[in-house]
Amino acid sequence: MLNTLLPILLFTALGLAVLGALRRVNMWRRGRASKVDLLGGLLAMPKRYMVDLHHVVARDKYIANTHVATALGFVLSALLAILVHGFGLQSRILGYALLLASVLMFVGATFVYLRRRNPPSRLSKGPWMRLPKSLMAFSVSFFLVTLPVAGILPADFGGWLLAALLSVGVLWGVSEMFFGMTWGGPMKHAFAGALHLAWHRRAERFGGGRSTGLKPLDLSDKTAPLGVEKPKDFTWNQLLGFDACVQCGKCEAACPAFAAGQPLNPKKLIQDMVVGLAGGTDAKFAGSPYPGKAVGEHSGNPHQPIVNGLVDAETLWSCTTCRACVEECPMMIEHVDAIVDMRRHLTLEKGATPNKGAEVLENLIATDNPGGFAPGGRLNWAADLNLPLLSEKGSAEVLFWVGDGAFDMRNQRTLRAFVKVLKAAKVDFAVLGLEERDSGDVARRLGDEATFQLLASRNIQTLAKYSFKRIVTCDPHSFHVLKNEYGAFNGNYRVQHHSTFMAELIGEGALNLGQHKGNSVTYHDPCYLGRYNGEYEAPRQVLRALGIEVKEMQRSGFRSRCCGGGGGAPITDIPGKQRIPDMRMEDIRETGAELVAVGCPQCTAMLEGVVEPRPLIKDIAELVADALLEDAAPAKAPLKREPAEVH
Amino acid sequence: MTTNVISLVSIGAHPTSGRPRRAEQDARAVELGLQMAGDKLQVLHAGNIAEPTLRSYLGMGLPQLHVLEQPAGSDALPVLSEYLRDAGAQVVLAGSQAETGEGSGMLPFLLAEQLGWPLIVGLAQVESIDGGVAHVLQALPRGQRRRLKVRLPFLATVDNAAPKPRQSAYGPAQRGELAAHEVRIEEDELFHAAVLQPAKPRPKRLKVIKAKSGADRMKAATAKASGGGGQVLKGVSPEEGAQAILKLLVEEGVVR
Repeated sequence: MLNTLLPILLFTALGLAVLGALRRVNMWRRGRASKVDLLGGLLAMPKRYMVDLHHVVARDKYIANTHVATALGFVLSALLAILVHGFGLQSRILGYALLLASVLMFVGATFVYLRRRNPPSRLSKGPWMRLPKSLMAFSVSFFLVTLPVAGILPADFGGWLLAALLSVGVLWGVSEMFFGMTWGGPMKHAFAGALHLAWHRRAERFGGGRSTGLKPLDLSDKTAPLGVEKPKDFTWNQLLGFDACVQCGKCEAACPAFAAGQPLNPKKLIQDMVVGLAGGTDAKFAGSPYPGKAVGEHSGNPHQPIVNGLVDAETLWSCTTCRACVEECPMMIEHVDAIVDMRRHLTLEKGATPNKGAEVLENLIATDNPGGFAPGGRLNWAADLNLPLLSEKGSAEVLFWVGDGAFDMRNQRTLRAFVKVLKAAKVDFAVLGLEERDSGDVARRLGDEATFQLLASRNIQTLAKYSFKRIVTCDPHSFHVLKNEYGAFNGNYRVQHHSTFMAELIGEGALNLGQHKGNSVTYHDPCYLGRYNGEYEAPRQVLRALGIEVKEMQRSGFRSRCCGGGGGAPITDIPGKQRIPDMRMEDIRETGAELVAVGCPQCTAMLEGVVEPRPLIKDIAELVADALLEDAAPAKAPLKREPAEVH
Repeated sequence: MTTNVISLVSIGAHPTSGRPRRAEQDARAVELGLQMAGDKLQVLHAGNIAEPTLRSYLGMGLPQLHVLEQPAGSDALPVLSEYLRDAGAQVVLAGSQAETGEGSGMLPFLLAEQLGWPLIVGLAQVESIDGGVAHVLQALPRGQRRRLKVRLPFLATVDNAAPKPRQSAYGPAQRGELAAHEVRIEEDELFHAAVLQPAKPRPKRLKVIKAKSGADRMKAATAKASGGGGQVLKGVSPEEGAQAILKLLVEEGVVR
């Protein structure tokens, strides 16, 4: 009986799975066109899955091993089951192979089950709680029905009762694993995930690469939407990416806005996008909600505006674009891209940038700096420093990009310290002075692509007039934008953060450094230096050169927690239960350090905004400048001054 | 029936950089107009249609902006009053003072004079309009409001007491249409004859406070400047009233 029933069950489930797959593909195709290497991507997919994706998953050894066992076991069992039970290739070797595969899968499923016994809050419940049982049903049923094939048991053992039980088990298994995979069950992640890896919008991320610059809008194309209003305004592979989410909640656990009680949960956001692409409500979402917002009150479909139907605007404006979610995501989903895409619509079409957003954008247009300061005052901080201007020199080894910190009195201390270092190392440097404009970082992250492109193209025009070997800046945001986002507008430069540059100077022995005196030090990784550009080592190298042993925070390096200052978050200022910089200061306090070294004007401002008593905040440039040893005092004995005679 | 509202706009200048921008008060005039008439609001500018800053008004969600094409230095007054009369405007809103050009703040007064319409200075809010009569709130110093009843059509200037203008968005700014109108060009002779020089800040009047107690000082700091002994005239004939006003103006040195 099983011999006739099994092929029917298998092929029905497979057939329905194919139908579901076609339906799902059609949903993704509602998105806009995107240039992707379809075939090349598919061919590269296995490697992306087994190497790049595994690297991310392997940060959690337990689940990595569990997943390898379960997924490998399942893929092998499924293929073999189709051969053995579907096509009736009742060979003993295949039978034994299938038995092994199903055992492997069962072992994996058991560990999935154990993880799910008392799941952490970041994991989604609902259908996901059913998954380990389904995995077990699949593996156990196929193990048992394969025993006769391997010749271990007679073909008719157990009688019709067992046969009936086994058919129910197989039915359950194939429903979840084949049918559910393409009809929206938890196994959807395998189907959509594989294709998402193949057709990822940032293929450069695979093979150890990095791709963090936002993608430009083509403003000359009048037919293209300005950002994303409805789910169908995403590109099709973005929609596909949302569908790949496994709801593991790693993003939720890393998100500073979620932890601060602001109404953002990256996982829920991605699930809401899935609701948007498929149509429906968020009532079935079984994970943590956006803090302060009930689940089940939002709905949407591909042709309906997202904001204030599916997602509230303040959810989008809570994001600090720190990329912690993207860094943690084992499916390599691009949350930040999606958020900025939707912000673009709000800013460019609706004129709905909250709080100080509109004012900041107006200032950027009228004064080239977000504070609305008179552009003529851009070099006031260096009035007594006699800085060489590139417009006078024409060329220099190093272009020192000052950034908008020039208008901020706290940051001016950092800038002056860095100039002291540059002068001590006798670097041939120059500044743009009044020719410099805001890099466009804030405008872009607030969704104002037009103002960003305006600022970028003007800066690129200015830079094209001069010759320099590299740009060095104390601001990781300018650094990131100049390095990664100007390229799309034909501005390609060698850009360095001042910590990298100082590490080089120290390595060459160009600086005569003493030791850092006194207090213990921790280091706060700025998002735009670390996660965005992979620079974790240079700042630490500089600190080591000062004789500092960094007391690392638990969340440091690629797991560093945002200070709350990125992505225009201090400007849009969405209220939460606590402030992000306060949480970061708590991290700092835990190390017992009395001083925190930073490398970003935003981080400095945010952390210094925490009420005292708290550890001191100093930029790396300030620490280096403090430790500089003056060259041996000029040997000339001070001239003896003759007292002037008065007659 | 919706009211026919027209907002007048000019090119502003950013206070620190001096670069062209949408003028702050004119933007408020547009905002107030949008709140009153929505899509029906007409926005009018007299000047150069090629000025890109005009689009920042369109970015507030206007489908169209009418431009009476004039070269710089032309007199906007006659063309504006002619247009406003022909357009059948019922409410005309303008900023109190331009940020560029002459910036005398005289335009609304001269327009009102030419059109023979009442003028409200410092309009803060329009409460209702029916039967050709509007109930409005006028902004007075220190947050005070005065409720006025005014017949249509009327002119009003807005200052910082009017609602904050909405953000200008790029998309609508690009799509909005600048509708050109050809008009008779009249040179502004007064403007051409005059010599422009940077304004000197007016010296502040010394405020001598002879307060004896903290309460007195508090009162002096917060009380409305009374300007020294006003006089309320009640139940007097127009001639007597005019006499009293003239006497005051002579005393204050306004009329010599």
